[in-house]
Amino acid sequence: MTRVVVIGAGPAGLSAAATALGAGAQVTLIEAAEQPGGQYHRAPVAEFGVARREALQHGWRDFAARRDHVLSHPRCRFLPETTVWALEDPGATPARGGPPLVHVLTGQADGADRRRRVIESDALVLAVGAHDTMLPFPGWELPGVVTAGAAQALVKGERVAIGDRVVVAGTGPFLLPVAAALLGAGSTVRQVLEANRPGRIAAGWGARPWQLAGQAGKLPELAEYAATLARHRVPVLLGRTVVEARGDGRVEEVVTARLRADWSVVPGSERTVAVDAACVGHGFTPQLELPVAAGCALRTEPDGRRFVAVDTDLRTSRPGVYAVGELTGIAGAPAARAEGALAGWLAAGGPDRPAVRALRRQVAAGRRFATRLAAAHPIGPAWPDWLRDDTVVCRCEEVCYGALRAAAGQDPRVSKLGTRAGMGPCQGRICGPTVAALRALGAPPPGSDGLDRPDDGARRASPYHRPIAQPIRLGELAASTAPDVAPPQPVPDKENP
Amino acid sequence: MTPRLIRPDDDVLDRDDRPVTITVDGTPVTGVAGQSIAGVLLAAARTAWRYGHAGAGRGVFCGIGVCFDCLVTVNGVPDVRACRRRARDGDAVTTQTRLPADGDGDR
Ligand SMILES: Cc1cc2nc3c(=O)[nH]c(=O)nc-3n(C[C@H](O)[C@H](O)[C@H](O)COP(=O)(O)OP(=O)(O)OC[C@H]3O[C@@H](n4cnc5c(N)ncnc54)[C@H](O)[C@@H]3O)c2cc1C
Ligand code: FES
Repeated sequence: MTRVVVIGAGPAGLSAAATALGAGAQVTLIEAAEQPGGQYHRAPVAEFGVARREALQHGWRDFAARRDHVLSHPRCRFLPETTVWALEDPGATPARGGPPLVHVLTGQADGADRRRRVIESDALVLAVGAHDTMLPFPGWELPGVVTAGAAQALVKGERVAIGDRVVVAGTGPFLLPVAAALLGAGSTVRQVLEANRPGRIAAGWGARPWQLAGQAGKLPELAEYAATLARHRVPVLLGRTVVEARGDGRVEEVVTARLRADWSVVPGSERTVAVDAACVGHGFTPQLELPVAAGCALRTEPDGRRFVAVDTDLRTSRPGVYAVGELTGIAGAPAARAEGALAGWLAAGGPDRPAVRALRRQVAAGRRFATRLAAAHPIGPAWPDWLRDDTVVCRCEEVCYGALRAAAGQDPRVSKLGTRAGMGPCQGRICGPTVAALRALGAPPPGSDGLDRPDDGARRASPYHRPIAQPIRLGELAASTAPDVAPPQPVPDKENP
Repeated sequence: MTPRLIRPDDDVLDRDDRPVTITVDGTPVTGVAGQSIAGVLLAAARTAWRYGHAGAGRGVFCGIGVCFDCLVTVNGVPDVRACRRRARDGDAVTTQTRLPADGDGDR
């Protein structure tokens, strides 16, 4: 009986669990939150007393059916409120054999007395998703400036609107659902600003964008958001963004500016807009610490973004380890679901069938969608144009652009110690890629790309290499590990993928 | 008076709110059962509850546990991400500071 461990219960992980169960595996599904759903199917928890959970969600009924099937399956063990804090090689030698051991903590988030366990598997599916990419600008550390994803998560999970008069800015189609959600929460969305210009967006999506969008299942949803914005007469401006936030103790106004194709500011185009919140997002960054800890090779897109390298069956370079969803590319929930479904089935040793080949085609379509999305909404290379010497870049340690520029010629490790950029509580999750990009602009050391990241999974210095992937308290680390309870005994059955 | 909770009678989700009361630096703050501590603080129109090296306020930034901007002390345990921790009745939340003078900041 194959033991499949799935980390993350978003669209990708839940799908993987469903097909792995269908192929007869014993499945352990691990999720840091209290309930499955991930970022896409985020909803208030049961305590909230919500009667019509489905009202704000696309595809909620399918999701709920899959969730109920997985959670009630006799061969599935669901571990909610459980965080994977480390992955460890099973043998003393980094055996190229089985997947790594999964170290988990179960209990209240960041609590002091969580239960520690180590879980073994025959195959591991990584489905931990992404977070917003946020480029710094003067004032982005002011309260009231949040990521687009945060604004969305607050509406969906907490029923809180981040502000009454809001600007939504950045790049990518995700700005539309965020603006629509804020409108639904009763906020006034003063403007939606897409930094890329119409020519770039049209060229990126290509001649027949609807064919692609249809394949990935996103078009009707986007059309609905666009209609909502039009109904509320929200101005959607292209080639413009927020280049500064100002306020006394919290954001009170933002400065927007017109951008050239490379995202340099058109002088004299600055305007101020009074707001009480600004929601900004420049796409998504995959959460790579667990894949890197597992020894999975990464791949680099032409624009420098890094993802887990996988083959057409979602296998990583590490035997027995699969990566799915946002970890392999950014293409939205339908693509994440297709990837999860294929990887879960194969991880469980499910046989090749016509349905599996259909999934492979869906995964390939998702990959094409990701490529077009990235081409239509790139990050312009001249964005550092809007930084000033006193602009905070590393939020945790409050390291400014000037200090980073002064350290640009140094070895990355020396400059990290010297400036303390990336040494705060978030451990470089937010500023790491930005600092690396700024270093590359500065003085790249000869013979390297200046980024010092692993291509082959080797344990070199890397912004993603965190031996401790999620915080663990010293007391918890010192406590003995509870034995892992054996999951219920399986009844073999092979359903459809 | 922002941010704010969507009023239950305006909510398409058809809510039946039950209150949850926590204290923040000793002052009672009421939110809705099921909210995170960050959700309770925001719904009470608070945007900042942590103070950085230079004394500037911080609150929620990423909303999903990645940025660590929202750290608070809960029932004596420091460095709890307010956006990840569900608020429970009676939780005693204290705000944190990284001001150098504080000596024992949040890290
Ligand atoms: C804040 C935010 C909001 C978003 N909202 C939307 C939206 O409204 N509409 C939309 O189209 N797209 C949204 N997206 C994009 C979204 O990421 C994808 O559309 C989709 O959810 C990706 O699915 P996934 O399964 O790959 O990852 P996710 O949905 O992100 O699921 C990953 C899951 O893994 C869990 N996890 C992560 N690390 C660990 C760990 N160490 N241990 C245990 N569990 C872990 C997480 O809690 C999460 O549930 C959002 C993204 C973000 C960051
Ligand atoms: S807001 Fe980023 S960790 Fe809580």
